[in-house]
Amino acid sequence: MIAKALGTMLTGIALAAIAAAPAVAQQKASVKVGFVTFLSGPASGPFGVPARIAAEAIVESLNAGKAPAPYQIKGIGGLPIELVVIDEAGGATKQVSEYRTLVQRQDVDIVIGYIGSGDCLAIAPVAEELKKLTVLLDCGTPRVFEEGSYKYLFRTRPHATMDAVAATMYLLDNRPAVKRIAGINQNYAYGQDSWNDFEATIQVMKPGVDIVTSQMPKFGAGQYGSEISALHSANADVVHSSLWGGDLEAFMLQAQPRDLFKKSVLVLVAGEPYLHRLPGKIPDGTIVGARGTNGVFAPDSPLKRWLVETYKGKSGGVDPNYPAYSTAQAFLGVKAAWERAAAKKVGSAIPMGAAKNVKEEMEKAYQPPTQEEVIAAFEKSTFDTPSGKVHMTLGKGHQAVTGTAYGTTRLENGVVKVGNIKYYDADRVTPPEGVSSLDWIRSGFKR
Amino acid sequence: MSQFIAVLVDGIVYSSWLFIIAVGLTLIYGVMKILNIAHGSLYALGAFTSVTLCGLWFNAGLPPMGSYLMLLLSAILVGLVAGPVIERGLLRFMYGKDEVVLVLVTYALFLILEDLIKLIWGVDPLFITGPGGESPYSLLGNFEVAGLTYPNYNLVLIAVAVATGGALAWALARTRSGKLLLAVIHDREVSAALGINVGRIYFVTFTIGAMLAGVGGALTAPTVSVVTGMGAEVIVLAFAVVVIGGLGSLPGAALGALIVGLVRAAAVHYLPEVELFSIYFVMAVVLILRPKGLFSGAEVRKI
Repeated sequence: MIAKALGTMLTGIALAAIAAAPAVAQQKASVKVGFVTFLSGPASGPFGVPARIAAEAIVESLNAGKAPAPYQIKGIGGLPIELVVIDEAGGATKQVSEYRTLVQRQDVDIVIGYIGSGDCLAIAPVAEELKKLTVLLDCGTPRVFEEGSYKYLFRTRPHATMDAVAATMYLLDNRPAVKRIAGINQNYAYGQDSWNDFEATIQVMKPGVDIVTSQMPKFGAGQYGSEISALHSANADVVHSSLWGGDLEAFMLQAQPRDLFKKSVLVLVAGEPYLHRLPGKIPDGTIVGARGTNGVFAPDSPLKRWLVETYKGKSGGVDPNYPAYSTAQAFLGVKAAWERAAAKKVGSAIPMGAAKNVKEEMEKAYQPPTQEEVIAAFEKSTFDTPSGKVHMTLGKGHQAVTGTAYGTTRLENGVVKVGNIKYYDADRVTPPEGVSSLDWIRSGFKR
Repeated sequence: MSQFIAVLVDGIVYSSWLFIIAVGLTLIYGVMKILNIAHGSLYALGAFTSVTLCGLWFNAGLPPMGSYLMLLLSAILVGLVAGPVIERGLLRFMYGKDEVVLVLVTYALFLILEDLIKLIWGVDPLFITGPGGESPYSLLGNFEVAGLTYPNYNLVLIAVAVATGGALAWALARTRSGKLLLAVIHDREVSAALGINVGRIYFVTFTIGAMLAGVGGALTAPTVSVVTGMGAEVIVLAFAVVVIGGLGSLPGAALGALIVGLVRAAAVHYLPEVELFSIYFVMAVVLILRPKGLFSGAEVRKI
């Protein structure tokens, strides 16, 4: 009896809450953004924390209306952005429940986040289920939009296939004689994808190369003594690595005193965030990328200068690295889509003399756009970012493509500099719509 | 042939590291019957403390060689501060409780310590490195075997592992306290009835165990970037080694570390695809053949 009464009461409360929801939405005072990034653990230092610093700096600057054209409107569409920052550490299962909390309890308008590929793959179906606009921040796995089709999910940075393809082109341009190829990558989604793409690409571009060894240490292994010996004994011309975070740093600390890189060129596809952290530990001549035209590879523009300036103000003078650029892409992509949706609404609602209820129609038109309207404006859009133009062309308009670049390191006065930079257009390094990355590589890069 | 030698050297170096991180865990379990999950955090504490102390040392412009002293001091500090605080402040109220409860208690402690580390040291990865890039890892120079270069620091790891194992074995078998300890391991209640101060033995054991975890962390710190969460990775490995050897057995931990180290090195060199799985494969095989591990003694039956 009591249970039944309690049940009725709870239902009543739930109904009241639902009824109250639209009222809240109508007096929208801010755009609440859930921002998920690594705040602890091995990925926090190089990726998570720079992304958080960038998000806070960008939001502050956007809210103050200080961003350069075309982003001068305050906040998003005039509404201030409110950030809710969540730690991505703890694995995919934890992230799914954190995501549900963000959407269902915190009632955020948009979720921007996720650096780990495993987290991105786990969040994708949940975003669809909860019907919440979600922008993947920095993960690289091409599988998200190659194996699935989503309405609410976007990724404003290119996927990782271009890292491998451009790295191979750069390597063969600069060292056409390479014959013996080795790799050390982490044994999880991103590490395996990265190596498989690289291996396939170099076999297509230079048939007859020997793959001498592929090391796949556990994520977070920490001790690489045996792997370094195995790479050493393999006498490779090239060592490919997508290691990142604490793993990359531990590997470099252990490999550098062992002269591994006296005979092998190191290719670090995601090496850019470590350059300032590991001076003296990254050998001269290492080939590094920033997974897009980010960081040192970003062409000069008012937007780039804006990001560098606002970021440095919050980071104590450290330059933004590629996760910071990815963060800018996500926020600016959403802002551009939102404001385009709002403008379209106003544009199409302007009564051409004959309409009745002019006042009501205008009020409706000046309401913030609905999520559906933002999504429609986001799909297949093109927008300006500190790394250049981003085109949402893959995954039915949900997956970004951009060009990318690679360069070679050298140590100058205790600072690692990147020289001999070469740029690669998106068309040359990204598969066309509807073709999986590996199929595209194996087909000999057919368009 | 040269590859075989490389496997041996890599395997022994890795085994030494495994033994150093696992020996404290097995000691505490052997005496106190506590599977100390917080061992991983004590290891991390050792690593973070040594980053701080070595940083202070380098910044004071003192000779780089002294950084090894700082590593040692960090381990001792962790043992002498964290050990007694945890044992007196928490664990002594839990003695006599079910082993499962104690696992949960130390797991809770592990989570608390992980957050404490974040509070003190923040979340950015840290290195031990001097103003000129000196690191205790490369300071001692290199040696060459089978065409491969290894830092002499690896020899330090081997030496510390052998010394630790030897000292513990000697103390257990040859000293009066060791014999008292063995009596407590055998039967806590009877030992207490015979006048052995069990509380004190637990106190000392836990402090030594914590110190050994600190040694593991301090010796690892120069070779990695020291990050929060590093303790979680290590506790799984240490647990695997200890289970293979037999929980609570000192020679078991040594043999377990040696087997895991060699199998893993062989996998990396000959069949890298199975490296991840090799340790757990060894563990599964051993547990199928000897469910209580290689060196488990006969359990004394208690009614």
